[in-house]
Amino acid sequence: MTAKRTFLQWPVVRQAIGPDRFGRGAAVQSSRTAGLAPRTRTADRVVGSICPYCAVGCAQRVYVKDEQVVQIEGDSDSPISRGRLCPKGSASLQLTTGTAREYRVRYRRPYGTEWEYLDLDTSMDMIADRVIKARREFWEEERDGKRVNRTMGIASLGGATLDNEENYLMKKLYTAMGAIQIENQARI
Amino acid sequence: MGTSFGRGGATTFQQDLQNADCIVIQGSNMAECHPVGFQWVMEAKARGATIIHVDPRFTRTSALADIHVPLRVGTDIAFLGGLVNYVLSGRHEFRDYVVAYTNAAAILRDDYRDTEDLDGLFSGFDPDTGHYDSTSWQYEGTDVAAAAGARDANYEQRVAIAQSARGETAGAGGPRVGGEPERDETLTHQRCVFQVLKRHFARYTPEVVEQVCGVPPELFHKVAEALVANSGRERTSAFAYAVGWTQHTVGVQYIRTAAILQTLLGNIGRPGGGILALRGHASIQGSTDIPTLFDLLPGYIPMPHAHEHETLGDFVVADAAVNGFWGNMASYLVSLLKAWWGEVATEQNDYCFDYLPRLTGNHSSYPTVMRQVDEGGGGYFLVGENPAVGSANAKLQRLGLANIDWLVVRDFSLIESATWWKDGPEIETGELRTEDIRTEVFFLPAAAHTEKDGSFTNTQRLLQWHHKAVEPGGDARSDLWFYYHLGRIIREKLAGSSDPRDRPLLELTWDYPTEGPLDEPSAEAVLAEINGFDAAGRPLSTFTQLKDDGSTRCGVWIYCGVYSDGVNQAARRKPGREQSWVAPEWAWAWPANRRILYNRASADPQGRPWSERKAYVRWDAEQQKWTGHDVPDFEVGKAPDYRPFEGARAQEALSGIDPFIMQADGKAWLFVPSGLIDGPLPTHYEPEESPFDNLLYKRRANPARSRFPRKDNPYHPAGGEVFPYVFTTYRLTEHHTAGGMSRWLPYLSELQPEMFCEVSPELARERGLEHLGWATIVTARTAIEARVFVTERVRPLTVQGRTVHQIGLPYHWGPNGFVRGDAANELLPVTLDPNVHIQESKAASCDIQPGRRPRGRALLDYVEDYRQRAHVIDS
Repeated sequence: MTAKRTFLQWPVVRQAIGPDRFGRGAAVQSSRTAGLAPRTRTADRVVGSICPYCAVGCAQRVYVKDEQVVQIEGDSDSPISRGRLCPKGSASLQLTTGTAREYRVRYRRPYGTEWEYLDLDTSMDMIADRVIKARREFWEEERDGKRVNRTMGIASLGGATLDNEENYLMKKLYTAMGAIQIENQARI
Repeated sequence: MGTSFGRGGATTFQQDLQNADCIVIQGSNMAECHPVGFQWVMEAKARGATIIHVDPRFTRTSALADIHVPLRVGTDIAFLGGLVNYVLSGRHEFRDYVVAYTNAAAILRDDYRDTEDLDGLFSGFDPDTGHYDSTSWQYEGTDVAAAAGARDANYEQRVAIAQSARGETAGAGGPRVGGEPERDETLTHQRCVFQVLKRHFARYTPEVVEQVCGVPPELFHKVAEALVANSGRERTSAFAYAVGWTQHTVGVQYIRTAAILQTLLGNIGRPGGGILALRGHASIQGSTDIPTLFDLLPGYIPMPHAHEHETLGDFVVADAAVNGFWGNMASYLVSLLKAWWGEVATEQNDYCFDYLPRLTGNHSSYPTVMRQVDEGGGGYFLVGENPAVGSANAKLQRLGLANIDWLVVRDFSLIESATWWKDGPEIETGELRTEDIRTEVFFLPAAAHTEKDGSFTNTQRLLQWHHKAVEPGGDARSDLWFYYHLGRIIREKLAGSSDPRDRPLLELTWDYPTEGPLDEPSAEAVLAEINGFDAAGRPLSTFTQLKDDGSTRCGVWIYCGVYSDGVNQAARRKPGREQSWVAPEWAWAWPANRRILYNRASADPQGRPWSERKAYVRWDAEQQKWTGHDVPDFEVGKAPDYRPFEGARAQEALSGIDPFIMQADGKAWLFVPSGLIDGPLPTHYEPEESPFDNLLYKRRANPARSRFPRKDNPYHPAGGEVFPYVFTTYRLTEHHTAGGMSRWLPYLSELQPEMFCEVSPELARERGLEHLGWATIVTARTAIEARVFVTERVRPLTVQGRTVHQIGLPYHWGPNGFVRGDAANELLPVTLDPNVHIQESKAASCDIQPGRRPRGRALLDYVEDYRQRAHVIDS
């Protein structure tokens, strides 16, 4: 690269002699910035999604590269949101890929003072055993002389942040268990 | 909304707000809590609509409205009742609409007594139990013997039913009304609903509104005039509300008052009209439609109560209307039981109806927590919910958690409900010691929405599908995975059991195909079951195909059609710009992809639009069918002049002029003869904790509200000067609910870093509070601290000659996460609306003092001192 050429590429010079006299565009762009591309352009694929926060139901486009979510944007096709997202929806990349997410099963034993780690299969097996035990222990065949066929040993809270299909399996399984104390945020 | 119109969902959709000539936002801060939806309010404003915001606080919604009406928290019924009175006394109702489409003409029984007659009580109140017998609220000449007879047979039983959520089963349809009610279409009969309504609201004058709400008459008149001028044949007005209305001991009646007003003005079922319930979670509507709720089965079929319903047939007779679309409840229920127990469910065994467990009272979350505290034991699943900071009287929640055998928390991060045993507020005060807590805790990381397929049902009943983008990492799994595999493992462990109580589990249809490296069950297969199949296994296309003979299977009858033709209709994403504003090909709305409910009412009785400006659906005489912008919420071939034949039932018993097709009489209910626990008409009562007496009646608070007076849930005595201020809780744009999805995000934490309280300059002077300094807010439950934000956004109001100061508290914080602070929910008592068991979070009393709160044991002493001074212990 010649000295003259280098000099001509100084931003202030480009600003003075080029079309971008206010230095708001091309004049101040370095070769590094010029070479950058938005994550939305370099993604391998775009997946249609819906914002998980409030119930407006803004549509999102999820950009995936190398099997990682790299960006989430509003989807302008949506007749409801028309591409807009609020601060929470805009932060959903951090919700889904942020450092505060937990990826390991934790366990606190009775009277324990610290967390321990468990593997997922073991925890599922332990939970299943506890469900079976609590279901039996708190089983009520009758209440005040009336048949109820239920267990008071299993309660559940949550559902409004979940998918319809998840709520469906929850209600189906709990009801078949005889668990009735099933609630979600609709009342909170 | 369920009891007024027939379905417990928004009557309209967000985009249609642009067609409104006037929008009243009350009980909602839409611009900050539903910012993207608020663009449609702004579209309406750009077209010339008048925007009115009624709210105790001046917010960004108020800033963008034409009129802001500050009112005292907990007084919305008085304000709305004033508007009802203004409409009725000025004859501003849309008379033709009211006569044809509402129950205004129905005649009531002569033993009905109003709150006007009984000083704040309706007829049928039992002071010993605090419950109403609603028999006298019925229409004259109707026969409700089957439903009422079964209840009357056993008084105890009736009380138990009243305590449970029987009122909410009206979520998607009015209870049974048999026989033909007597009607007076001149609306002059002294006992017709219209005249009763007039008398009931007559005392809600502008002067009363001023005295109760603190709203000056000039401001009240501005709202009334705007609303009336923008309703009628040519114009329509819309209402939007959120939890600012529901979280009260009279929450259902708040919404009822708006329903009455909108019905009188002829604004339901028409473009630019309606009532939009703004919901705060991605699928809170969906989790009510497919209820993770104790008192409902999918599609608003009630959960059966013990012994009251011996057989499926008895149950249907007792709980479903004969007329209207609820007349087919047997088909909906049998199809559900077939979806769950498949080939095992037969006519001979009543389709396994006895496999459903039975209710005996209120099994909602607050009574469950009190049972945990009192009796202990058992297990608890917390699935994307954080009650240790998110529920009223949060301490009670934690004491419950500390007294059970095991707890499973499924969430993204270590929320307070997962770590309370280690670092909760009771550890700090010494009330609990980690080493003494026996609860076994499992924390299982959850998958995010980008890591699973599934549908959310948004605030306008729209099911929208989100596709899996990537596999979840580590041990993170979807809840679909968790519940499917938990069920699978339990069934494997129980296989071979001969215990009859294991049969519902072992015979359950639980064979979803799994896919991918994690054995994820197919969400689309679950959606297909929700939609339902015919006898040949083909997907159904609409709920009218459902049968009560066991030949159809359908998991959620109101969602039938979402998988019609084997196509996932919720995943449709035809761009909005390529469609009309109704956008019928974007996703799928229940029921049957109808976007404005009761839209038959957009046309006059003859089937012609009330005006061309507000045309929506109309009767096409040539084609002999209803046509228009939307799917008609009506039988498409039923002519306006159709009248039911003798002996007709279900939908055939409704005429061509009955737009409210889930209701037993096809009408919008101005007066609710059946289905509500606390009265057929809304009445102003003060909140449980209020510095004022009820100006209107001797009854101070809702006489039928659910109270739980106990040492760990103390209430403030009426009046008194120890807790002189009113506080209300609310959300910020930058955080979400109890913070589980926002306090762990650096972006959002940075935008709203700290718990604060909003106080007026006057209150700041009165109590010596400094802007950006600290304040301690105290109730009989506990004390919390917050940064002080002195602002004119909350202003003192003059009520009954006294100044009342209100304090605003966002409720997003807790001890964990990137940004921490005390939780506002610590301050609230548990007291509930009797219909739907929602707690009163929007109005309570407190004191506020400068400085930080005491730590450790000293905090308990500090609060105890307040209790003593307020005589809380004695109350």
